Amino acid sequence: MAKVVIDPVTRIEGHLRVEVEVENGKVVDAWATSTMFRGLEMIVENRPWMDAWHYTHRVCGVCPTPHGHNSAMSLENAAGVTPPPNGRLMRNLLECAQLLHDHVLWFYILNGLDYVNVVSALSAKASSPQLKAVQDRLKAFVDSGQLGFLENGYWDHPAYALDPELNLQLAAHYLESIKVQAVASEASALFGGKFPYHMSTPPGGFASVPHQDQIDQFEAKVREVKGWIDSVLVPDLMAIAPFYLGEAGIGQGHGNYFSWGVIDEDLEGGDPYKRLFPRGGIFGAFDGNLGVQQVDHEADVREWVTSSWNTQYSGALHPWEGITGPDFTGTEGIPEIDRDGRYAWEKSAHLKGVPVEVGPLAQMLMAYLSGPADHPAKKLIDDTLAAIGHAGNPAVLLSNLGRIAARVLKVKIVGDKTLDYIAQLRANMAAGDMNFYTPVPDKPTGQGFSGWDAPRGSLAHWATLDNGTVKHYQIITPSGWNFAPRAGDGRIRGPVEEALVGTPVADPERPLEVLRTLHSFDP
Amino acid sequence: MKDLLAARGLTRRDFLKVCGGLAAVMGLGQAAVPGIARALEQAAKRPPVIWLDFQECLGCTESVTKSRYPDFLNVVLDMISLEYSEALMAGAGHRAEAKLKQSMADNKGAYVLVVEGSVATKIPSAMTIAGRTSVDIAREALTDAALVIAVGNCASFGNVQAAHPNPSGAMGMLAFMEQEGIDTGKLVQLPTCPVNPVHVTSTVSYFLTYGKLPEVDQYRRPKIFFGRKVHDECPRRAHFDEGRFVEVLGSEEENQRWCLYKMGCRGPHTYADCATVLWNNRANWCIGTGQCIGCSEKDFWDELSDFYAPMPGVAVPGFGGIRVGADTVGIGLAAATGGAIVAHLAVSAAKGRLGKNDDGTVAEEKEA
Repeated sequence: MAKVVIDPVTRIEGHLRVEVEVENGKVVDAWATSTMFRGLEMIVENRPWMDAWHYTHRVCGVCPTPHGHNSAMSLENAAGVTPPPNGRLMRNLLECAQLLHDHVLWFYILNGLDYVNVVSALSAKASSPQLKAVQDRLKAFVDSGQLGFLENGYWDHPAYALDPELNLQLAAHYLESIKVQAVASEASALFGGKFPYHMSTPPGGFASVPHQDQIDQFEAKVREVKGWIDSVLVPDLMAIAPFYLGEAGIGQGHGNYFSWGVIDEDLEGGDPYKRLFPRGGIFGAFDGNLGVQQVDHEADVREWVTSSWNTQYSGALHPWEGITGPDFTGTEGIPEIDRDGRYAWEKSAHLKGVPVEVGPLAQMLMAYLSGPADHPAKKLIDDTLAAIGHAGNPAVLLSNLGRIAARVLKVKIVGDKTLDYIAQLRANMAAGDMNFYTPVPDKPTGQGFSGWDAPRGSLAHWATLDNGTVKHYQIITPSGWNFAPRAGDGRIRGPVEEALVGTPVADPERPLEVLRTLHSFDP
Repeated sequence: MKDLLAARGLTRRDFLKVCGGLAAVMGLGQAAVPGIARALEQAAKRPPVIWLDFQECLGCTESVTKSRYPDFLNVVLDMISLEYSEALMAGAGHRAEAKLKQSMADNKGAYVLVVEGSVATKIPSAMTIAGRTSVDIAREALTDAALVIAVGNCASFGNVQAAHPNPSGAMGMLAFMEQEGIDTGKLVQLPTCPVNPVHVTSTVSYFLTYGKLPEVDQYRRPKIFFGRKVHDECPRRAHFDEGRFVEVLGSEEENQRWCLYKMGCRGPHTYADCATVLWNNRANWCIGTGQCIGCSEKDFWDELSDFYAPMPGVAVPGFGGIRVGADTVGIGLAAATGGAIVAHLAVSAAKGRLGKNDDGTVAEEKEA
């Protein structure tokens, strides 16, 4: 047995330490430790209710938009406010722009270097002047002797499977993607003021009124990004998939999946089961249960603190009663963990009593299995399965390969749909609907909930207001689900911990395969 | 020189374009291009930059990677040597830490340290990397740096996690370096949430060009970026002066882009050049679609909140263009605010044109 500790896990948002036990070339057990605590749920208490969305927006700078939206929508829910259809439409457009940026960034910048070997690209036979120029630039960079952030990669690892030519092509697209994700964020800024942290969607809807030039520029930028997704990102996925089909057998996990849903199709009522990516849960997929169940945000959600450096309470609590408070019991600096005790800052969220995986794979599964017959996810997934030689066998997607493919196919759908939402906005305004905001009460009292997925998975905010002041506030982030430490009376592993079990490790000194499974969750 | 440029994959023309872009963002004009070019050329090695992340959201890394003028890729491949960045580097775990250790040793006293995020002082283990607390890591890295750039409000002032009750004891670099007795003369703070990439690239190129830091204010913020008030450069300012205010969000008045002061805009209290440099490659800025909440200021979450109510103490013109003096909205100045905010509340908008505020305080320009 070999103990392997990865701290820090790089190319993620947040701070993560992962410890695995390796036996006979495979991970046999795993512990995920979030190593940062800020306490935003405590800080937002006793603040003016309208302000809360700015504070809680700051949970994540990679997926800020859905935090802002969930907060504003939970506050609207508590205050009894319904945003107008144009307000929901503007939130859709901001969310789409966020997704266009996020999934491009993830595929190349965060996840890409686990599969694309930059050093190998140097020996490729460049097939075009453009690729030759990229190769020359990379060579010059390497020859300078200052390798910087590319030094100390695992470039000699046998798990890199692409030939030099494909590595060069993907490396060129890695460099291009930096500009593409910037363009997507400029679209966000057009309707949000800036990205990260847009300023335009407080409780009530959209605070401004978009001008023609803003809409035109937004559309132009989306078309630019969408064109790149269709002509570069999706073909890249299909190009590398045949070399990495082995990932279809790695990283399975518990087989429970869940999404709150995201992007409203029902602009009047905001029905979460009618969203572009609809709400739903799947429990026990590896036992053949692929039926999609409805999810009750009150009855079904509980948070444990069994292994958490959090104020202890018995059993599990619903977020309405949730308690956040630091209670560190580990070794200062976290040089080691107590595997059988408390070992992470993160709490452990369970749905219907079990840990569940969240993210684009879950979102695409809900769309594929419970969406309308003409949902674009159906054809895309079926075509992709056929292309990789697994026609009619979506079970291969319940893996690292599926998580990667799901992100790419999802963002392809988002690119297409964004243009529909822009057309709808233009049509509404042309028909004289200039209503973007519903005025809100001064001092509301009540409880409010919003579940609306972040790019990386299920995200929800629960707000309790008293006479215009935040009384209590709880958030369950995607990491609260995926990176949950062991929880419950049986100390059942969190989804990522479970997914790591079985991951091969060719060389414990270079745990590239472990990083692949981790990055497939986009922590 | 030609070889050097070639080694960096750049033609001379490309290179001068980069310099021109830098001159533009620094507001220096094309006359400065040769000087910048010379400064960059003289550096035989790309200057080593170590980017550390502590209590953060990665939003500042996100922001900086979105810089197109200059292009982030040019910065990373051609201008600097990014030695360590948790968000971008290929290696992980002990390989990443080995690189950090090596680079700090090789470049001792000569590296640029960029800090994103606050250090956790009350609960040191609320922020750890590789078995060490942020306090330990920061102390060592700050001590041996030639130049420290605190990016964003977290690294500068602790940001939202330092807001009351600050459960983890989050602290920004200025306060931390003072506490640890580390020379703050090498520190530049670039608050705003997130950092504006223009501020980062301009600070670095200023340093490379002039061999020194730009002039800073009491919070170590460069005056070239933080010496002017948002309100004074706001394109909606004429509406403020004429007494035309948005009274309901999303309304026809908002469609006309009237002044957002009554909606709670903190532009009159906030020192930053957002109105001129804008955000996301000049796509827009906060007041373009929402309002300012004062994110370049110290403790703005505590001191400037109730963001959707107008700040008291601002002299506001009356309707119909008739200036009626101060509009003392809500509670009085002294009761509403602590000492730190008084300087902000003394709004220069009133100076010389609107006279004294109702509560008798004289509005005056903050020392910029």
